[in-house]
Amino acid sequence: MCLAIPSKILKINGPTAEVDIAGNVKEVNIMLTPEAKVGDYVLLHAGYAIQVIDEKSAEEIFDAWEDAHEALQ
Amino acid sequence: MRHSSKKEYARYLLDRLHQEIDRPVTVMEVCGTHTVAIAKSGLRELLPEKMHLLSGPGCPVCVTDDYDLDVVMAMSRQEGLIMATFGDMMRVPGTESSLLQEKSRGADVRVVYSPSDALQLAKENPEVDVVFLGVGFETTTPVVAAAIDQAVQMGLENFSVFSLHKLVPPIMRVLLDDPEVKIDAFLNPGHVCTILGTEPFRFIAEEYGKPCVVTGFEAVDILEALLLIVRQYREESPAVDIQYKRAVRPEGNPVAVGFIEKYFTPVQSRWRGIGEVPGSGLELRDEYVQYDARKRFPITVKPGKCRKGCSCGEVLKGLKLPYECPLFGKVCTPAKPVGPCMVSTEGSCAAYYRYGRQKAGV
Ligand code: SF4
Repeated sequence: MCLAIPSKILKINGPTAEVDIAGNVKEVNIMLTPEAKVGDYVLLHAGYAIQVIDEKSAEEIFDAWEDAHEALQ
Repeated sequence: MRHSSKKEYARYLLDRLHQEIDRPVTVMEVCGTHTVAIAKSGLRELLPEKMHLLSGPGCPVCVTDDYDLDVVMAMSRQEGLIMATFGDMMRVPGTESSLLQEKSRGADVRVVYSPSDALQLAKENPEVDVVFLGVGFETTTPVVAAAIDQAVQMGLENFSVFSLHKLVPPIMRVLLDDPEVKIDAFLNPGHVCTILGTEPFRFIAEEYGKPCVVTGFEAVDILEALLLIVRQYREESPAVDIQYKRAVRPEGNPVAVGFIEKYFTPVQSRWRGIGEVPGSGLELRDEYVQYDARKRFPITVKPGKCRKGCSCGEVLKGLKLPYECPLFGKVCTPAKPVGPCMVSTEGSCAAYYRYGRQKAGV
């Protein structure tokens, strides 16, 4: 329930942003991370960015997320 | 870290744990994702005998009370109303039915991935009321608060939230105060702490003298956290440590906390099998009462009878292991769940059923 997925911000349009999640482009809301810039990595939860993280962390969390996601299927 | 080096690192951590543990330690995880990670990795079998892991009330779906669920079902049956919910809630049984059953009988229940999808539904269907079922801990609450903020900006009058939101720190205090529950340390939920940071958990170290470690979701994260706990005990320096530095800063996300505080206020809330806990739930603030589904559609239902033999309450408090429930695996299975702990993929019973059946001999 509290899973969060890392993604990279490609484009910002006001309160929303286009992000790349493992090669898929998706529109998400970035109201909760107003400091996020294009090129930043953010953690996503239920369609909203909840924290800005660094690239290395994003990669590591992504690996863990893939594992967890598999477990929950 | 690559797979092989991860394995080696896990072995190293396990070895350290075996060498360094010098007293029995019972550790509770308060996060369904940890419960699944621990069950899946089979970690329990590899830990030193002195180390016990308990699963706590870490799944927001599982802690939802029957009475609240019955009110949700009754509301979903109202004419001219769309109930929008995360998929996790669809199969959770109230005393009589589930949202899935209500839907099959004609209720307009929609599964959404994000509360912003519910906003969209409200925008597209101005003639009906859209109620978003707000379930979740502090990871999810700011997202719902942000959606309410958007509804306010958009002047959406047909959108409201049925808040079943729960707060993690107050329930940890309840567990610490319960003389039956014996916990020496906590693995803190990683993404709840992404929002809250460490401050709201300091009382655990300072008032109760117990370590807590904010933990990530891989087996090596959990092992690292357990080692930090053992070291905190050895050094007699209980504190709130962050193992999951990748996603958690000590100050959390103050903007997100600000959204929660702007729209919600803490209230007494019912936890399944645990009961009423003061200040452990959230309702809309008076200024935003029009977005509060409970106030907009006041519904009361007759309290239903608790299912006989269901041990969800004891399981949630770590007093019983899932397979100690008389219904586990026999009457209660993921295909035919009796309690929500068996429905949610992150529920303790579902995790044990999935990964621990052989051991339980079921
Ligand atoms: S096995 Fe089923 S009935 Fe027993 S505690 Fe778990 S969810 Fe509840």
